[in-house]
Amino acid sequence: MKLSKIAAAFVATTMVASPVLADLVFPSLSYRTGPYGANGIPFADGYADYFTLVNERDGGIGGVKTKVIECETGYNTEKGVECYESTKGEGSLVYQPLSTGMTYQLIPKVTADGIPMHTMGYGRTSAANGKVFSNVFNYPANYWNGASVAINHILAENGGDIKGKKIGLVYHNSAYGKEPIRTLEELAKKHGYDLSLLAVDHPGQEQKSQWLQIRREKPDYVLMWGWGVMNQVAIQEAANIRYPMENFIGIWWSGSENDVIPAGAAANGYKALNMHAVGNDFPVFGDIQKYVVDAGKAAGAGDQVGTVLYNRGLYAAMLAVEAAKTAQEIHGTKDITAVMMRDGMEALDMNAAKMAGLGMAGFGPEFKVTCENHGGPGLGSVTQWDAAAKKWTQISDFGPSDMDVIGALIMEDSAAFAAENNIAERCN
Amino acid sequence: MSANFYYGIEVFLNGLMAGVMYSLVALGFVLIFKASGIFNYAQGVMALFAALCLVGFQTGQIPFAHLINAIFGTQIHHFGWQMPALLAIICALLMMILFAFIVERYVLKHLVNQEPIILFMATIGLAYFMEGFGDLMWGSDIKKLDVGLPQGGNVWLEEKTASLGGEDFYGFYLDNLDIWATILAAILVTSLVLFSQYTKTGRALRAVADDHQAALSVGISLRTIWVIVWSIAGFVALVAGIMWGSKSGVQFSLSLIALKALPVLMLGGFTSIPGAIVGGLIIGVGEKMFEFLIGAPFLGGATENWFAYMLALLFLVFRPQGLFGEKIIERV
Repeated sequence: MKLSKIAAAFVATTMVASPVLADLVFPSLSYRTGPYGANGIPFADGYADYFTLVNERDGGIGGVKTKVIECETGYNTEKGVECYESTKGEGSLVYQPLSTGMTYQLIPKVTADGIPMHTMGYGRTSAANGKVFSNVFNYPANYWNGASVAINHILAENGGDIKGKKIGLVYHNSAYGKEPIRTLEELAKKHGYDLSLLAVDHPGQEQKSQWLQIRREKPDYVLMWGWGVMNQVAIQEAANIRYPMENFIGIWWSGSENDVIPAGAAANGYKALNMHAVGNDFPVFGDIQKYVVDAGKAAGAGDQVGTVLYNRGLYAAMLAVEAAKTAQEIHGTKDITAVMMRDGMEALDMNAAKMAGLGMAGFGPEFKVTCENHGGPGLGSVTQWDAAAKKWTQISDFGPSDMDVIGALIMEDSAAFAAENNIAERCN
Repeated sequence: MSANFYYGIEVFLNGLMAGVMYSLVALGFVLIFKASGIFNYAQGVMALFAALCLVGFQTGQIPFAHLINAIFGTQIHHFGWQMPALLAIICALLMMILFAFIVERYVLKHLVNQEPIILFMATIGLAYFMEGFGDLMWGSDIKKLDVGLPQGGNVWLEEKTASLGGEDFYGFYLDNLDIWATILAAILVTSLVLFSQYTKTGRALRAVADDHQAALSVGISLRTIWVIVWSIAGFVALVAGIMWGSKSGVQFSLSLIALKALPVLMLGGFTSIPGAIVGGLIIGVGEKMFEFLIGAPFLGGATENWFAYMLALLFLVFRPQGLFGEKIIERV
C-alpha cells in the first residue's frame, strides 16, 4: 500500500514536473469560398486529413499531436496576409498560402519573422535559390520546371526535333500566368520552335478571341497556364474548334477533375502536368479511409479523397510532416519551433524507402533539399484525362526539366532580388 | 478576298454572338431597374443560383445534403433519379418565382421609399447571402450542365464557307451554343416586348416604371408588380445561367458574368430592353474587333475587358443616359 502510494506520488510529481508538449501547429490558409473555392476545398481537405491521419494512426509527429489552424482567405491576397498575421503567433511552423499573389506579399514577412513558407508548384520561382531566399521553399518543382517538362514531352513525341513547330501559350493574364513566358522563350531559342502568346483576362469566362486565333494559326501544341473557370472554358473552347486534345497540355493548376468534367466527353485526351501521383491506388488511402473518413474525422464530406487536388494537399502535408520529423531529429527535441522547422525543410530527404514506409511509394519524385537548392530536382510527370472512366492517368514518369536554362534564369532573378533587398548570400 | 478579310468577318459574327450572351445578363438588370429603380447587384448571383437549382433538380441532388450529413451523420447525396431537362427548367423557374416572393416579402417591402443607394446596398447583401445559400443548398463543386443544347462549331457553315478565302481560310466558325443563345434571346425579347405592350400586367409594369405614385393612385399593387418583375428577372437569369453554365460548368464564377453586363448597361441605358440588346451587340463586336485588329497584334492581347468599359465610357460622354436610356430633366 505504501509502495503504491509512493509510486503514485512519483508519477504525479513527474507529470507535473515534465514540460507539457504543445501541439505542433500547421496553419492552413485555405479558400473554401469564392470563385476558386471548388479548387481550394479538395486541397484544404487533403492537407487537413493527412494531419488527422498522423494524429490518429501515429499519435502525432514524434509523439506530439499536430493541430491545423484553418483561416479562410477566399483566394484574396489581403485576406491571406491578415490570416498570416493572425495565426503566426500561434506557434505556426510553416505556411502554404496556395496563391502566388499571397506568396509575393509573404516573402519579406516570413523572412523577417523566421517562419518557413512552402510554395509547392507555385509562387516565386527564383525562391528555389536558397542562398537568397532563406525561408522560402518550392520543392519539388516550380512553374519553370513545368514549362520545361511540357516542352520535353513535346520533344519526346517528335523524336527530339521541334524546330519550326508552332506552340501557343494560353495564359491567365496575371503574375501567375506570365511566369512560364521567359522560360518558354529561352527554350524556343534553344529548340527552334515558334512561340505565340495568348493572354486571357480574369476570370476567363469569355475566350472566343483567343480560340479563334488558335483556329486561324493552327499551333501544333497549346500549353495552358490557367486557374479556375479559365480552365473549364478553355477546354470547352478547344473541344468546340476541334483542337486535338492530346496536343493540349495544361500546367498542374489546369489539371484537376474540376477542369475537365464540365466539358464531358469532349475533354477526352487532354493532358496536364503534375508533380505527384494521381488516383488513390496507394496504401496511404486505406489508412485515410480507416482512421479519418470512417472515423468521421474527415475535413470535408470525404468525397474528394483521391482527386488530383486532394492528393496535392495530402502530398504537401506529408512533406511538411517529414520536414518536422527531420527537424526533431536535427535538434533533438520533439517540441520544435518555426526556426527548427526551417532547418528540417532545408535538410529534407525524400527517398524511395521513406515514401514506401509512408504507404506512398512513387507518389512523388525522390529528392533532397539543400541550403543552396530549395526547389528540389524540378521533376514533373504528364497525366492524361480519360473521359469515359472519368479519371486521370499518369502517362510518363517524373521526368527532368532543362536545368541548364532554368538554373541560369533562377540565378539571374534571385540575384536581382538580392540586390534590390540588400540580401547577402548564405550557404557559403 | 484574302483569308484575313474573311477572318475579320468571322470575328465580327462571333462578336455579335458574344454580344447576345452579354445582353442576356444585361436584360435582367434592365427589367428590375425599369420597374423599381433598383440596380440589382444580385443579378449575376441569381443566374448562378438558377443554374444551381436546375442542375440540382435535373441530377436528383438532395438539397442541403452536406448540412444534413454533418448534423445527423448520414451519407445522403442524391435521390437516385434523373429529371428530364424541361421539367428541371420548370422547377428551377418555380424556385426563382419563390425567390421573388421572398425578396419582396423580406427585403423590398421593408425598404419602400428608401433612397436608391439603400436599395442597392440591400441587393449587395442579397447577393452575398445567395452565394452562401446556394453553396449550402447544392454544394460548391463544379457541375456539368446539359439541357440538350448543341455545343461546338457549326460544321455545316464551316464546310459551306471553307472555299471562300483560299487555302488559308477554314470556313466561318460559329458556336452552335451561341446560335441557340441568339435564337432564345430573340424569342425572349419579343416575348417581353409583347408582354409589356399587349397585356394588362405588362401595361401595369410600364405604369410603375413611369411613375410609382401615379401607378399606386390608380390601384396598381406595387408589391405584386415587384414580385412579377423579380420573377421575370429570375427567368432571364435562368436563361443566362443555362447559356453561360453550358460553357463553363455551373460554378461560383458564373456570378461574375454580371461584370460583362455593366458596359452593356452603360452603353444601352438602364431602362431600355432594346438598349440592352443593341448595347450588347456593340460591346461584343467592338471588343472582339479591337482584339483582332489591334489588341492581339500590337498590345499583347487580353484587351477585351478594359476596351468594353472604355467604349461604354466614350458613349457616356456624348449620351450620359446611354443609347436608349430616358433623358432625365430635373427642374430646380
